[in-house]
Amino acid sequence: MQLEVLTKLNAARRSRRAAVVVTNLANDQVQVILEGERVSGLLGEETAKAFRSGKAGTVEVEGRSLFLNVHLPPPRIVVIGAVHISQALARLAPVAGYDLTIIDPRTAFATEERFEGVELIADWPEDVLKDHPLDAYTALAAVTHDPKIDDFPLSEALRVGCFYVGALGSRKTHAKRVERLKEMGRTDNEIGRIAAPIGLDIGAASPAEIALATLAQIVQAFRRRDLVTAG
Amino acid sequence: MTVCEILDPLLTAESWKQAGREVAIATVIETWGSAPRPTGSHLVIDGEGNFEGSVSGGCVEGAVITEALDVIESGAPKMLEFGVADETAWRVGLSCGGRIRVYVERLG
Repeated sequence: MQLEVLTKLNAARRSRRAAVVVTNLANDQVQVILEGERVSGLLGEETAKAFRSGKAGTVEVEGRSLFLNVHLPPPRIVVIGAVHISQALARLAPVAGYDLTIIDPRTAFATEERFEGVELIADWPEDVLKDHPLDAYTALAAVTHDPKIDDFPLSEALRVGCFYVGALGSRKTHAKRVERLKEMGRTDNEIGRIAAPIGLDIGAASPAEIALATLAQIVQAFRRRDLVTAG
Repeated sequence: MTVCEILDPLLTAESWKQAGREVAIATVIETWGSAPRPTGSHLVIDGEGNFEGSVSGGCVEGAVITEALDVIESGAPKMLEFGVADETAWRVGLSCGGRIRVYVERLG
């Protein structure tokens, strides 16, 4: 592989663009194909298939043995609430390969000092999500406890099909939340997708432990998303 | 660099090469049975034997690094295959019982 090829691939990965690396196993020729680039013939069909499945593998094209490696953008986490749990989650997420953004309109919580080096947006979710829409590659965790801040992004995450939707709060708090989300037009099926109380049940007690349990639950939701859609 | 970038073998390979180091990239091309790292996983190696990433759970990395130094030297890519560790216990293999094929190429 030539350095120029690797540089192009890494630039695409940094800007969250999907890419397929095609290696001709017979002569060491390597090319990078970015999502949206036109490729004709059988190779075009095979790369399109690879983008869809996200799976790497070897294909035969016109008598050549080609290895296709797929690089999809890493899933990201949007956290509603710049609270103590979010501080720990912001440290853990990058280790697991997840991009993370925190949104909280309360400027007392959303300070640079508490979240050094973290993408932090001190504004209302209604306004932020207009420019940064949620999608199927995004996990949403709402952790403010405040319906004025949490409800809109929760409803939006369910509507667009975020692969994970979690909400902090006791079962009692959640029961009230369910009623409000119904009034916002969400169906029982959609609301049933919310992980609440948030996080895998590992007996988490401290904010850092709750962050860990939440990240583990997000990983589980992402890795098993195909099984869910197939079922 | 964020933590995530430090742990990313392909970003590491790029920065090593730009710093003037010789680099080889090893890629899992195929797996059979229970293999610890999926197809497409990378291990990157420099001319001194420093490495980042993985192609197994640490079972065959040593052997891949040795072969990678050859590839850096010669420039010719290599296809390696590793299988279940047999009774000749000193041989490198995958104790998990799987088999993997690993392609090693020099970064030019």
